[in-house]
Amino acid sequence: MDTAASSTPAVRKKKSKLWQSITDFFVSLYNINKFILRFFREAFMPPFEFKEVMRQCYEVGVRSFTLITVTGFIVGLIFTKQSRPSLSQFGATSWLPSLVSIAIMRALAPLVTALIASGKVGSSIGAELGSMRVTEQIDAMEVSGTKPFKFLVCTRVLATTLTIPILSTYTGFIAMFGGYLNVAQNEGTTWSTFIQEFFDPLTYTDFVASLIKSVLFGFTIGIVGCYQGYYSAKGTEGVGKAANGAVVTAMFLVFIEEIIVVQITSWFR
Amino acid sequence: MEKKIVKGDHTNPVISIRGLKKSFEDYHVLRGIDLDLYQGENLVVLGRSGTGKSVLIKIISGLLPPDEGDVEVLGQNIAHISDYELQALRIRIGFSFQNSALYDSMTVRKNLEFPLVRNRRGITRKEIDANVEEVLDAVGLSQTINQMPSELSGGQRKRIGIARTLILNPEIMLYDEPTAGLDPITCIEINDLINEVQTRFNTSSIIITHDLTCAKQTGDRISMLLDGQFQRTGTFDEVFATTDDRVKPFYDYNFIQ
Repeated sequence: MDTAASSTPAVRKKKSKLWQSITDFFVSLYNINKFILRFFREAFMPPFEFKEVMRQCYEVGVRSFTLITVTGFIVGLIFTKQSRPSLSQFGATSWLPSLVSIAIMRALAPLVTALIASGKVGSSIGAELGSMRVTEQIDAMEVSGTKPFKFLVCTRVLATTLTIPILSTYTGFIAMFGGYLNVAQNEGTTWSTFIQEFFDPLTYTDFVASLIKSVLFGFTIGIVGCYQGYYSAKGTEGVGKAANGAVVTAMFLVFIEEIIVVQITSWFR
Repeated sequence: MEKKIVKGDHTNPVISIRGLKKSFEDYHVLRGIDLDLYQGENLVVLGRSGTGKSVLIKIISGLLPPDEGDVEVLGQNIAHISDYELQALRIRIGFSFQNSALYDSMTVRKNLEFPLVRNRRGITRKEIDANVEEVLDAVGLSQTINQMPSELSGGQRKRIGIARTLILNPEIMLYDEPTAGLDPITCIEINDLINEVQTRFNTSSIIITHDLTCAKQTGDRISMLLDGQFQRTGTFDEVFATTDDRVKPFYDYNFIQ
């Protein structure tokens, strides 16, 4: 009976759909790897597009600056506010700056920056390249003897890889300021005391791990956005899917990378 | 304007295609194409939408790989050359896209400079400006130099697209539906421009179209693509001197209606 059930057309269709999904997954994994290898092959070979990289860095920074400032400030403020009741139960509100610094510098600043950049920068890269693909602008670059991959992909990936760590550091300091305002208002802590207690628990490993994470997040956001846009399907639907795919995939990968980096750095502590 | 037929040097094809086949999954678009484009001539490829005309020139320019057959462009087999050789070859081929494909984040000047700066390393600012002015003058749009593509009309975009390909002094021009979506007067202007490019820049061209007015005004030779193969080739009058039911409606629709 089991055999009969397993060979019905509905089951067969379901099986072939599942098989197709598995195949598609591995094919796209292979394509992404090829894409990443191509990036490393072309990005560091002359001629270099310094001017375009700088322009893209500016674009990435400007696109996310306001949102990151507001979010960073709110994260610092709210995190401090929400942590106070738990600490005050033990009379340990003086530990607030240390708690906030560990949370922000080790995890929240890189993560929040990466998530915001995935939404703002990743989607915009996906949509921009997707629309260039649809309107044959990428083909036009190709047939005119120029290298669209180098000009469009390498510059954007380098820009996100360089800019996200800077934005992440900025987020950390803005969040610290948000935390300070809350601590100063409630505990009357001075700025110099707060700063001293904020940086005291942080080690060299924390800064390095945070930097590595941000670089990795920036690279991921750039490569995913470019991959989705560069190979987007024809038509306006393709552009939408590229933008959406860039955000969803980048966010998902950022969380996975966060887990991996946290695990690795915990071995060094 | 009547086309003054240019008899190309028939011993010296700049593009030579033999037995070209191309399929997309189960759909066989090109089913064994043979084609020669001779030095200095305009060859029009006519056919209905979806017959593989654009696929043909995308294969010639190396944007799509052929499934079978030999595609020789300027003496090089497109399927058997390295990426570096293909890039060098592409500089000698101009491709005018159906929707112009102008880089919409750049001004007209930047659009024209883009291929020039990247293919002629070490070129001076003075030389760049001179080249840009020359091609803009050739297409009659010098006044648009600082405009964005979004500020141009359809006909102007086509002209700038052609100018962008001319800036590298190509030996071969490939036009994909040059008059599609344009009003009749602008169509005539574009046709005149194609002929002017042929004489002024001494190019050999393949013009993909389903517009018979364009074919008549620009083509030295016309090839009719039907069912994935060239069915009739010759001058305009020779191609349409037929009772073939697949060819005749084309003429009737364009000139009798």
